[in-house]
Amino acid sequence: MTEGLTYTVYDADTMTQAEIYGEMLCKMGEENPKIVGLSADLAKSTKIGKFQEKFPDRFFNVGIAEQNMFGVAAGLAKAGMIPYVSTMAAFTAMRGVEQVRTDICYQNLNCKIIATHAGTSFGSAGSTHHCTEDLAIMRSFANMTVIAPADGIETANAVRASLDYPGPVYIRIGRGFEPKYYEDENYGFQIGKAVEIKSGTDITLISCGVTVLQAAEAAKFLEENDGLSVRVLNMHTIKPLDEAAVLSAVEDTRRIITIEDHNILGGLGSAVADVIAASGKGCAFIKVGIPDCFSIVGYPEDLCNYYQLDADGIIGKVREVMKMDFEEDEDWEDEV
Amino acid sequence: MPVTDQELEKFNEKAWQLRKDIVDITFWSGGSHIGGAMSMVEILILLYYKYLNIDPNNPDMEERDRMLLSKGHGGVGLAALLARKGYFDFELLKDFNKFKSPFGMHLDSLKVKGVDASTGSLGHGLPMSVGLALGARVQNKNWLTYCILGDGECNEGTIWEAAMAASHFKITNLITFVDRNRLMIDGPTEEVMGLEPFADKWKAFGFIVKEVDGHSYTELAEAVEYARKEEKGPVVIIANTIKGKGVDFMEDDVRWHYGGLDTDLVEKAKASIDQMHGNPAGSKG
Repeated sequence: MTEGLTYTVYDADTMTQAEIYGEMLCKMGEENPKIVGLSADLAKSTKIGKFQEKFPDRFFNVGIAEQNMFGVAAGLAKAGMIPYVSTMAAFTAMRGVEQVRTDICYQNLNCKIIATHAGTSFGSAGSTHHCTEDLAIMRSFANMTVIAPADGIETANAVRASLDYPGPVYIRIGRGFEPKYYEDENYGFQIGKAVEIKSGTDITLISCGVTVLQAAEAAKFLEENDGLSVRVLNMHTIKPLDEAAVLSAVEDTRRIITIEDHNILGGLGSAVADVIAASGKGCAFIKVGIPDCFSIVGYPEDLCNYYQLDADGIIGKVREVMKMDFEEDEDWEDEV
Repeated sequence: MPVTDQELEKFNEKAWQLRKDIVDITFWSGGSHIGGAMSMVEILILLYYKYLNIDPNNPDMEERDRMLLSKGHGGVGLAALLARKGYFDFELLKDFNKFKSPFGMHLDSLKVKGVDASTGSLGHGLPMSVGLALGARVQNKNWLTYCILGDGECNEGTIWEAAMAASHFKITNLITFVDRNRLMIDGPTEEVMGLEPFADKWKAFGFIVKEVDGHSYTELAEAVEYARKEEKGPVVIIANTIKGKGVDFMEDDVRWHYGGLDTDLVEKAKASIDQMHGNPAGSKG
């Protein structure tokens, strides 16, 4: 999948993270006339409006009617088009969800969804506009691929890769003003394959989305101050999950923390827990996320701190896990 | 006259066959949405034997017209019709609703040839039809999309979201039917959740409305011919029908939204269908 990534580096310093994917989509639209765009009165907020400006005949703003939008997208896909649909995650994974499941996933249509304002990224808007359930919902749909890119560059990578990836794809991003992690797009992004952004042997931090940067910073701090060897995985694809990367983490570090801007139930942490449990191998494990509550109001960075998703919070969790017991046994073969 | 006497005779025989097939499948499967399948028989026959540009030997033909049964519970009728059109062996329908059968009561477009969309959850067909119509337009294709809605289904907000979009996008390559049989599961539509003034609602959403007798091929065909030529905006054909049409003991009876038949009732149902259609095969000897 990475071979096709031949576009140029975006000016990530002057464009917001969401604008980068808008650019990417325009570029793809030039190359592929089958791409159509859809939004529900959020073309500007989601940045799919860039595509609209460039291809007005291939863009449909359906108004504030998300259920209809996903149905229309399904119809367009049936007509041979490749719809890219963008609206807020809350209105994708909840308001329009039956159409996503029954029209798009059940019929296994080639339809790509870019869900913005996910997690608590639209902090001040409150829980109606937060979406801390989408990973759980979307990964339970057969045929669906679920991606949570770390930043704008990775979103562009995911959007580009989704074009050649058959079937429905759900890409969840923030509001678009999140800090960047990647400097350029050439780091081997591949759907379904975790990126090891730091090696380590004492503990593994598995994160996705906006928390990748936080996990990387925490790891750096812990190495310098606590003398710990911390592995960091950017698990951008929640489904299909890179099980091999999780199993290696279990074997090599025996301590895993997952970090996600999502309810601790059903998202990345739960997906990783499934793999750990099925391995039959002992592993100290903590899920960091929104602790099964409706998230409070505040700026995203404050919420990130409040829910301990930031580097400080992660450092605390690592120190906690380092004190936890797990079965010391060098020979795991007899346990399985 | 948009329909010739010869055509009327053919349609009558096809409808007679379809109604008897629906009865048989209902018997084999233990139960089906027989009432709403019977009410739309004439709409299906007219589309599949006169208007749709389709090829059962090439079910995925790119240039084919699309037909979405938004009232997906009518799948028993559509499945029987598709079998008789030659999409698959009619005998396969003996497994309708059964373990591992490709035919559930709501048809799966990935498993059943000739089905253009998986429907069953109500209110999904019209949005998808709008998408298909837009897809044809974007690609400069001439094929048409037909969509059959149930009237109870029009309680769903998505129908009106899609209606708003169809008129906003000035879609003229989509022809929508409403099978207005006036009954839903819990009772008459006007008692459960009133739809009237129904035609006015569609008009208010920018549709050109044709109200016809949904069991009259001539009236249905006149409306279809009109809709195919209309370029000002989307057309909806409100087909006034009788739920359970053709089976006297089911007609306009809310209890026959879904039901099963024993051998006695099968015989009675078929006798009634013969009476309605004049037993065309029998008369041929």
